[in-house]
Amino acid sequence: MKRHAISTRIWHWLNLLSVAILFMSGLNISNAHRHLYWGQAGFQPHEAWFHVIRFPGWATIPNYYSLAAARDWHVVFAWIFSLSLLLFLITALLNGHFRRDLAGRREDWRPSAIGADVRKHLRLDFAPTEGKYNLLQKAAYAVVIFILLPLMVLTGLTMSPGMDAAWPFLVDLFGGRQSARSIHFIVAWALLAFFVLHVVLVLLNKPLKNLGDMIGGGRLDETA
Amino acid sequence: MKRRNVLAGLGALITGGCTKIGQTEWFGDVVDGAEKLSRGAHRMLGARPTMAREFSVADISPYFRGNGNTEIDTDTYRAQLASGFPDWRLEVRGLVDRPLSLSLEQIRALPQRTQITRHDCVEGWSAIGQWTGPRLSTILGQAGLKPQAKFAVFRCADSFGKAPYYESCDLDDALHPQTLIAHQLNGEPLPERNGAPLRLRIERQLGYKHAKYLTAIELVDSLDGIEGGGGGYWEDRGYQWYAGV
Repeated sequence: MKRHAISTRIWHWLNLLSVAILFMSGLNISNAHRHLYWGQAGFQPHEAWFHVIRFPGWATIPNYYSLAAARDWHVVFAWIFSLSLLLFLITALLNGHFRRDLAGRREDWRPSAIGADVRKHLRLDFAPTEGKYNLLQKAAYAVVIFILLPLMVLTGLTMSPGMDAAWPFLVDLFGGRQSARSIHFIVAWALLAFFVLHVVLVLLNKPLKNLGDMIGGGRLDETA
Repeated sequence: MKRRNVLAGLGALITGGCTKIGQTEWFGDVVDGAEKLSRGAHRMLGARPTMAREFSVADISPYFRGNGNTEIDTDTYRAQLASGFPDWRLEVRGLVDRPLSLSLEQIRALPQRTQITRHDCVEGWSAIGQWTGPRLSTILGQAGLKPQAKFAVFRCADSFGKAPYYESCDLDDALHPQTLIAHQLNGEPLPERNGAPLRLRIERQLGYKHAKYLTAIELVDSLDGIEGGGGGYWEDRGYQWYAGV
């Protein structure tokens, strides 16, 4: 049996591509109006709770300021990102990936077990006690897959006036379009933080094998 | 510093590559496809017609920002503004049975609708205002649409340099119950910065669709050959024609 199912691997790399393009075109869009607000409305700098820096061309798509072109990239990859996330969620529910590899048993989540896992991490020992992932890893993946990525989709939809007319509950869910925009911005940076941590931890723990397994699938018995 | 340079180099490689792809014709087709997908999804979801949220008086933004062109610097316009636009006309022409030329007085005499809605700019900000005016569907009903009419084109008195501002929408939006020819903001005649004397309200789309300083509505069967062919001033400069996203 493969360590990573083909559906997981395809989604992983497609998601990396989509999120990278969404993040970088998002920085270009942010440059169009560099203030964030809470609530339904806001447009004056003194109403803002946060003033965003101007992101440089090397970090944005395209590499010069163009709201029109950045929105084109953002909308195309928003569709790819959302549909691939939806397909991955369905597949991983059906093939047992979530139940088997992320959920674990109730006794796994005792405070003492979590404490032991934290201490192991601090010693830079990342080998799971059993199964594919250790506890902190499961928690991090679950937060990203079930909370952060869906939040990006929903807050993104809430910024669309056409979607708000079709699904008015979206606006209520986040307490206003400008709140949704602020949450969209915060969660984007939370995802970047996850990305950095994820890459650092792979580099610290058999990077070539882990990278190879996420491409070729790997073999489950090697890791047991 | 070195690591930062590597990161910047990597960033520049991705952004440079994407910039190149963004200039190709096939990526333009992909973008158009995504735009149609978004429009189709918005039209498919929700009860029909989907209605933009209406807010209460307490939600109204104390000051409603003007964006894009916020003044028209001609003597004729200034004189009209000072005297309350007695000679301003809104023409309705093109694929209609009875072309119209409406004065402000005639427009104010039509059945009126008042709605408090959120205005969303493509840049990201929002403002809430109360708009009053007749439904565009009332005016189009008086003119009578010919069966070939597919789009409404909105002509405006403002321009960027020599390029006139204009906009367009399909009949789904033109006949929508919240689509107004507004002559009042927050109970007062429209201020100059917000498009005096008449502006479009097309509530399920972004701010640049809400054409200001309206002079004419043309019913057409195709947007080809009108200005840049994109269906609007900003659309001719790369922005999406369906601005519901």
